[in-house]
Amino acid sequence: MTQKVFGGPALLLDRSDINTDEIIPAKYLTEVTKEALKPYMLEDLKLDGFDPASVSVKQARVVVARENFGCGSSREHAPWVFEVNGVHTIIAESYARIFRQNMFNCGMLAIELPRPDIDAIFALADEGEVEVSVDVDAQTVTAKAGGSERTFSFEISPFDKALVQAGGWVEFADARY
Amino acid sequence: MGQTVAEKIFAAHLRDEPFPGTKVLDLDRVLCHEITTPVAIADLEWRGKDRVFDPGKIKAVIDHVTPSKDSKTALQAKILRDWARRHDIRDFFDVGRNGVCHAIFPEKGYIRPGFTVIMGDSHTCTHGAFGAFAAGVGTTDLEVGILKGVCAFREPKTIRIDLVGNLPDGVYAKDVILYVIGQLGVNGATDRVIEFHGEVIEEMSMESRMTLCNMAIEAGGTCGICEPDMVTVDYLWPFIQDEFDSREAALAHYRQWCADEDADYEQVLRFDVSNLEPQVTYGYKPDCVKPVTEMAGQRVDQVYIGSCTNGRIEDLRVAASILKGRRLADSVRGIVSPATPQIFQQALAEGIIDVFMAAGFCVTNPTCGACLGMSNGVLAEGEVCAATTNRNFNGRMGKGGMVHLMSPATAAACAVTGVITDARPMLAESAA
Repeated sequence: MTQKVFGGPALLLDRSDINTDEIIPAKYLTEVTKEALKPYMLEDLKLDGFDPASVSVKQARVVVARENFGCGSSREHAPWVFEVNGVHTIIAESYARIFRQNMFNCGMLAIELPRPDIDAIFALADEGEVEVSVDVDAQTVTAKAGGSERTFSFEISPFDKALVQAGGWVEFADARY
Repeated sequence: MGQTVAEKIFAAHLRDEPFPGTKVLDLDRVLCHEITTPVAIADLEWRGKDRVFDPGKIKAVIDHVTPSKDSKTALQAKILRDWARRHDIRDFFDVGRNGVCHAIFPEKGYIRPGFTVIMGDSHTCTHGAFGAFAAGVGTTDLEVGILKGVCAFREPKTIRIDLVGNLPDGVYAKDVILYVIGQLGVNGATDRVIEFHGEVIEEMSMESRMTLCNMAIEAGGTCGICEPDMVTVDYLWPFIQDEFDSREAALAHYRQWCADEDADYEQVLRFDVSNLEPQVTYGYKPDCVKPVTEMAGQRVDQVYIGSCTNGRIEDLRVAASILKGRRLADSVRGIVSPATPQIFQQALAEGIIDVFMAAGFCVTNPTCGACLGMSNGVLAEGEVCAATTNRNFNGRMGKGGMVHLMSPATAAACAVTGVITDARPMLAESAA
């Protein structure tokens, strides 16, 4: 497997502690394929004005949020529901450990940016739809809206970067152990 | 500089450090259930790698929805069952012998001090009660664990929590951990291990320690850990008596997994529990915690006693001590799920099941069921549940439902009155 495609239209969720039950409710954990999860992304998200069926949710390829994203259950169904909807990049101030590792294990990006950078991305939304591009090698994120553009650098551990480049942990581990 | 419990376990299990800061550990236990394992099994099959690293170190149970409620859950159970059979995984617990994973695996003696344990379940941190490093992981980590017997971690820093004083009557491990989570916040221990110390822990049963460690994840913690002591040895003795000449010898051996006196903690917190009140959550995050007295009088539609947090025998005993001679309020329905068949049988033998039924409770088979809104007690929109479980997330027990987390004693008191109720007066009355 090769590296996934990162970047695209961003869905901005101005909230902390978005948990895995909100991302994919437990009642859908009876599915045994990732694809079957597709209609249910963020179905129970508690956020004023949020509609999981809206066009901006369907078109999103990047999610931007606040602190402790993905807290709660270990269910990898949370990264999977993003994956099957084409959302391969999450950008947040911080993550719950299991969710973050699940993202990298699937070869996806859980990018951590400091609060002022996240604030700046949210501020861009005043100018229009936010489009994000990611350069994994250079470790930069660029957010554009209207005529404005901001670029931020991010840290990624060498291990997580290797997982993203390998396409995931199974590939990496199978080659090594 | 000395080492914490987690640092000792990491050092003893280190297989590889592929990059600075990433530690790949050899695993002593890979635990599996029917929700997160089938996709790993399917992926291994698809890759042509349908193998297991060591069938003796893999344990499996059907617990989240059991007996199966529909074709989909029946398929999940079948995938796990067929896989266990195919790979000669002898410690597989199917319908009739199955219970909630974090109750049944310790009960069978599978978890020992110094072990590394993973499972595709966030409450795997429960097993740290035995002085093990036990972490919840996703399906991909689980898959690699099944295939290779390894898992990668960032070496966690450790927060030491000293619990001192005497727990007042009517205040339990659940109240302690809810209070601690309230203090730490839901991400206060992210990427951290929480080591519990102090006289309060020394006095606690293994069941109470499991309750405590179970909710480390609700503060973001990788694992909650209690050091092994004679309480640990006594619990494990039926399973280890052939390995050691005496309990003292077992303890001496296990003490290697205690933290060094001069261990380096990122943070040391000290809580005196002597004046702690029973705690109850409000809102949709487990760190939204208040004393029960501030929540009293709020309506409850359902009471649920069970789960990997509080479905063990001592939980049922304390709930029954309140329910004996009392009845459910007319406005409330009560559900109790003993966490394992052994607990169920013990509760039957002690007359506890009679007490629950006489009070008007529905007694279900052991399962995770209602805790995560999968079966056996899902809430309708707008309904409120007083629960001994571990998560009060929006929609957790059913879309539009509200969950208040609390101890089994508080839950039993709520069942009697139909509103959030301080159990202490009833406990005192029952004891008199």
